[in-house]
Amino acid sequence: MPVFTYLWIIPLLPLLGAGLNGVFGRHWPRRATNVVAIGSTGLALLATLELVREFVHFGADQLSGSQSYFTWIAAGTFRADFALRVDQLTIVMLLVVTLVGWLIHIYSIGYMAEDAGYVRFFSYMNLFMFFMLILVLASNYLLMFVGWEGVGLSSYLLIGFFFRKPAATNAGNKAFWVNRIGDFGFLIALFLMFRTFSSLDFSTVFSQAASMPLELSGHGVLTAIALLLFVGAVGKSAQLPLYVWLPDAMEGPTPVSALIHAATMVTAGVYMVARSHVIFSLAPVAMTVVAVIGLLTAFFAATIALVQNDIKKVLAYSTISQLGYMFLGCGVGAFSAGIFHLMTHSFFKGLLFLGAGSVIHAMSGEQDLRKMGGLRKKIPWTYWTMLMATLAIAGAPGFSGFFSKDAILNSIGGPNGLYLWLLGVLTAGLTAFYMFRLFFLTFHGQPRFDEHKVHVHESPKNMLVPLVVLAVLSVVGGLWAAPELFGGENYFSRFLSPVFSPDLGSAAGSPNAFWFAIGRAEAVLNHQLTLDFMAITTAVALVGFLISWWFYLRKPDAPKRLAASLSGPYRLLSGKYFVDELYAAVIVRPLVWISTNLFWHVVDEEAIDGTVNGVAEGAQESGGVLRRIYSGNTRSYAGWVVLGAVVLITFLIWMAR
Amino acid sequence: MVPVSYYLMLSAALFGLGVVGFVFKRNIITLFMCIELMLNAVNLAFVAFSRMLGQLDGQVFVFFVIVVAAAEAAVGLAIVILIARNRKSLNVERVDSLKL
Repeated sequence: MPVFTYLWIIPLLPLLGAGLNGVFGRHWPRRATNVVAIGSTGLALLATLELVREFVHFGADQLSGSQSYFTWIAAGTFRADFALRVDQLTIVMLLVVTLVGWLIHIYSIGYMAEDAGYVRFFSYMNLFMFFMLILVLASNYLLMFVGWEGVGLSSYLLIGFFFRKPAATNAGNKAFWVNRIGDFGFLIALFLMFRTFSSLDFSTVFSQAASMPLELSGHGVLTAIALLLFVGAVGKSAQLPLYVWLPDAMEGPTPVSALIHAATMVTAGVYMVARSHVIFSLAPVAMTVVAVIGLLTAFFAATIALVQNDIKKVLAYSTISQLGYMFLGCGVGAFSAGIFHLMTHSFFKGLLFLGAGSVIHAMSGEQDLRKMGGLRKKIPWTYWTMLMATLAIAGAPGFSGFFSKDAILNSIGGPNGLYLWLLGVLTAGLTAFYMFRLFFLTFHGQPRFDEHKVHVHESPKNMLVPLVVLAVLSVVGGLWAAPELFGGENYFSRFLSPVFSPDLGSAAGSPNAFWFAIGRAEAVLNHQLTLDFMAITTAVALVGFLISWWFYLRKPDAPKRLAASLSGPYRLLSGKYFVDELYAAVIVRPLVWISTNLFWHVVDEEAIDGTVNGVAEGAQESGGVLRRIYSGNTRSYAGWVVLGAVVLITFLIWMAR
Repeated sequence: MVPVSYYLMLSAALFGLGVVGFVFKRNIITLFMCIELMLNAVNLAFVAFSRMLGQLDGQVFVFFVIVVAAAEAAVGLAIVILIARNRKSLNVERVDSLKL
């Protein structure tokens, strides 16, 4: 039974798991919950692997394309099918989602073991997997939007998982509201797309966009669509200025942070931009915006991450920063590099979060880096796997992050490319610094907690196995796309090339050669130049590492002195540039004021309630008067009848005259 | 030949008597008789017009009215008997238990 003819089975399995655990989970033993949750995602992973095998076996040309199962909406000329699509990009995303998702499910068995909401947790997690798979498999924008909103819902449910904690529910609400802004942009983009192309199907939209006469596309419709789509991506992928929800989302359980807020959901925006690469490539302005926003976010979030003290907050800002890199890659036309970084990032950042979870578990719930230290000997497995992930994200040569980050930085070109590149490299140095800061503060130095009170213990095996698997992937994951000059072959880029640059020859003469030219920028890069760039990036990362080592291992009191001497910038950074406070003052508080004083007290209480109650009171009072007519006296009724007849007759006679 | 207006005036007079009696009398039986009076006043008008126009429609209506009046009298008198038994009175003003 070839899986590619039964694509729907991949998303259906987690949905079944969510449903079964949601309905029966309370009544059956925990073992059954585990089997259903792990089994459904595991089977989805197996189905994906089988799909990959078929993909290789039958050839990509045979299998790529969409399958429509039924017409979902048909209204007038509008038609949206429940259609799934498989191509190289989908394959990569499917592998990332199912593999990392499955590993994190296994990890959660150990991590969530003592939680009362165990069954609820797994039900939500499976639901998330379902929506995420719909998102990456969808063959039109509307179905993608369903998955998009669905992962948002699951994210909201899981951020607010500890719903007795006000901070958790507030964080969930914040994530939901901030994402509304982005989703609004996405929705408008869909309307505009339908108005322009009369379809939301990927293949129709892209072929029409590519063959659009330059006079028409020059009017800016494509730029508008691309920018609005990017607004959606900014919300979902936590970029400037809508990133504020992601750090707060760390209130959720750590496996959730690993799966949803690092490895998969937040990368949906990158996937969406890469999927819409045809539209973006035809809109140079939008591409520039994507690149600049991505790079600024990468830098901005990295600076905040320098001084955070909560282990998960550091990782959250690091995630925002790395997502910025992915958008930078997409924005400069290197979509496959962006997706490559998405993949390696899901490995090492998932691992970092799981490792952080293991540390928190070992410290019995402590998340403050200042109260850790010296954990190296006590939790060796966590230590070594975290080291792999830290090396990968810092860009140590040979590790996965090294290749993917360089693939993005090397793709930067154009007149102002040098500035973009410099800022990108600087961010890479910052990344190395804050990641090793986290690493040293956690594992090295003297313990800064009361060793008699906190019993540090290594996590159980079912938490360690996913760590080890992800550590292996973080180390070797990059070799898939090792550039040619290292004796490797850029399999990844070549694998994705049918998606990102189909049929260069025939398109070269078309008026829209612009984006094909960008796509080629990756291929024609000079080898010597690549090597030089790599050397510079690595050197900068090394400097970041050395500063970190000096500060946190050699002179542990140096950071405090530096913070004291630079108290202004330090306060700015540790206050996260006070963006939350700014939003509260400029947006939230005026909105609450208007809502309370105008919409609540005036519009709702006075106008709406006044009208409704007024109608009711009027009916009641007039009824009180009119009821007296019904005396129960038959003769008075007769009198009324006669009176009515007399009036009627008089009226008729008067009319007839 | 008697002009049709004479019949109509007689009909109106009978109807008016019926109405006045119905509104001002208290005995249920009397009310009944007033209703019959009104019905027959209408019958008279029907017949008069029928004769004047040379059409039979009006006379057909009269038969219907007579049939309905008979049925009404049967049901109505049965109700009157029950009221008389239950209330020991034929005063219509005492039949007011349905008021609000």
